[in-house]
Amino acid sequence: MKKIRLNRTSRVNFATFGAVILAYAIIQIMRSAGLLSSTVQGQLVPICAYVAMALSLNLTVGVLGELSLGHAGFMSVGAFAGAVAAAALPIPSNALRLAAAMLIGAVFAAAVGTLVGIPVLRLNGDYLAIVTLAFGQIIKSIVENLYIGMDGRGLHVSFLENRIIFRDGGRMILNGAMGVNGIDKISSFTAGFILIMLVLAVIFNLVGSRAGRAIMALRDNRIAAESVGINVTKYKLMAFVISAAMAGAAGTLFALGQNTITANKFDFNTSILILVFVVLGGQGNMWGSIVAATFLTVLPETKAMRGLADYRMLVYAIVLILVMLATNNPTVQDFINSTFRRKKKKGGAAK
Amino acid sequence: MKKFFALVLALALTLVMTSCGGDNDQKNGAAIKIGGAGPLTGEAAIYGNAAKGGAEIAAEEINALGGIQFDLRYEDDAHDPEKSVNAYNTLKDWGMQVFLGSVTSTPGAATAAESDADHIFYLTPSASSTDVIGGVVNPLTGSVDVARHSNVFQMCFVDPNQGSASAQYISDNGLGNAIAVIYKNDDVYSTGIYNSFAAKAAELGLNIVSTTTFTTDSQTDFSVQLNDAKNNGADLIYLPTYYGPNALILTQANAMGYSPKYFGVDGMDGILSVDGFDTALAEGVMLLTPFNADAEDDATKSFVAKYKEKYGDVPNQFAADAYDCVYAIYNALKDEGVTDATPASEMCDLLIGKFTSMTFNGLTGENMTWSAEGTVTKSPKGMYIQTGASVGMD
Repeated sequence: MKKIRLNRTSRVNFATFGAVILAYAIIQIMRSAGLLSSTVQGQLVPICAYVAMALSLNLTVGVLGELSLGHAGFMSVGAFAGAVAAAALPIPSNALRLAAAMLIGAVFAAAVGTLVGIPVLRLNGDYLAIVTLAFGQIIKSIVENLYIGMDGRGLHVSFLENRIIFRDGGRMILNGAMGVNGIDKISSFTAGFILIMLVLAVIFNLVGSRAGRAIMALRDNRIAAESVGINVTKYKLMAFVISAAMAGAAGTLFALGQNTITANKFDFNTSILILVFVVLGGQGNMWGSIVAATFLTVLPETKAMRGLADYRMLVYAIVLILVMLATNNPTVQDFINSTFRRKKKKGGAAK
Repeated sequence: MKKFFALVLALALTLVMTSCGGDNDQKNGAAIKIGGAGPLTGEAAIYGNAAKGGAEIAAEEINALGGIQFDLRYEDDAHDPEKSVNAYNTLKDWGMQVFLGSVTSTPGAATAAESDADHIFYLTPSASSTDVIGGVVNPLTGSVDVARHSNVFQMCFVDPNQGSASAQYISDNGLGNAIAVIYKNDDVYSTGIYNSFAAKAAELGLNIVSTTTFTTDSQTDFSVQLNDAKNNGADLIYLPTYYGPNALILTQANAMGYSPKYFGVDGMDGILSVDGFDTALAEGVMLLTPFNADAEDDATKSFVAKYKEKYGDVPNQFAADAYDCVYAIYNALKDEGVTDATPASEMCDLLIGKFTSMTFNGLTGENMTWSAEGTVTKSPKGMYIQTGASVGMD
């Protein structure tokens, strides 16, 4: 038996994988033992989707170092493309149909990501943030005016006004601003788990690769990176499109776990919510995003919070502020470090 | 490895927070658990809180009678379909036997599908969209987009009925020569009414000169829509929207010196109680609504007095509809010997049978009946606003 010594990054990566697998196993066991309430069970798929969203945004914000305020736009593209695909594809197996829908959601989101990325990534910092914000609004407006129906002859698409005429017993899938109704809920917790594992694998491999180092070099010092011959547009676009594709798949997972989705759901607020997950979990810190997304999604639905009735969302906001303050407090950080990293006092920065 | 433990610990903690606790809110042991979900916070909170208030008054009155006891609980959905399913699941964990549905339509469509899967009876006070009950033909395409949820019934008019009734009313009474429509196209309620209004108006040959839309994001400035109506010479504006935007439309039209007639639907009800709204502007506004807080009958007077005393406001139609919902369920259940131990699905079958056969008299209408499609039959009252109060039109 040869002992393999892993460096710190690899250990964190494997620990993250391990923790996700363990959490999945624990929840599956609790579920089969009937210990989970309907509230928790109903939230499993959305939590997985939000975790995948947070991870994918962390690639843009934490690894690429660009602030994106329109990430829910990609989720929206994936959600609606996936929901239409799931309704239209004649695949009898739910799992395969879900996988195909997620793939289609990811491809559509990646295509939109490329389209947006080429002009947008020429910008930096605040400008890029504002353009992504506008992008989120554009996606919302487009979906609100898009009508897609299906009958025996295939898909019918109409824009701005619903001019679809069905021949033989068709039905509307996407009904403009009213969104998609009566979705066949085929998303499962297991699918969500697999998506998170895939997203983690993609991010960790990307970050550890040559391309990932180039992307991080761009983040740390663009001019220096450019001067050593790194192709700025190529690597920025690579990170951005991969991030968009993962958000698209997460969007599909989310949509197919709901009965009803509307374009309103993926508005500016959702983009900010996902950004909050990333900031709270730590930029570039993947396991942090997982914990933050899970915690903040579950928090407002807990018994304690429901008991607060009218003050629920106020308390949620206050808790959010407190958690932000606490995690940035040097004393608390020292305490966490001394509790969890006793061995590595000088072991370098958390990144 | 330490981070690994931190992660597991955090996940475990969040789980513990949600899954433990058990049922510690059993106030009265032998009460039937009735749940409701609605926007108690956020932009649509007025509707949710009104429905909750109306339902609470009805439950208190019924409990005071001493027969069947109701344990009523409302959960917040912030007018979001995802959160409404969470609210529904919370109520299900609590042991809800009858569901008073969602108050608003988009969340209502989501909870209707959930409750259908669980076979829990669903009677919504105000989620009027056809997507809530399902099985209704889309007037634009002729397709049925959502299958019928057999457990879902509505206390309010279903949207298409309101739209076609408005068009009929305008045509019968010769109210407008040139009609403008302003509706909210990201809202199931408003779009549903508009679609059927447009279909009926075309059939009746009404002269629609301007159709403009707005969304949640743009519901503060209506100058574009109003200018379009004005430039096209509209003398009647049809507003199938809620009273919040309606108040702004009236105020902004007045500011630009444009004074057409206005015709609204049940969402217009409540415009007189908007803070800072000059009620003189609403003079002569016409609306179709099932409930009039100024009605002279004893039931309405008593309800309005109780509501005012408890919440300090004049109740709107959401409160009255929710009040009627609780009474309709009470009437259906009172002679059936059901107890708190009757399972929700058994109660659902019983209530479906009762609702499709019974007749109910409430605040929002006399001799109401329900079809197997889930829609209610009651006649809308035409009203107009006169000296700051709604008055019956006939």
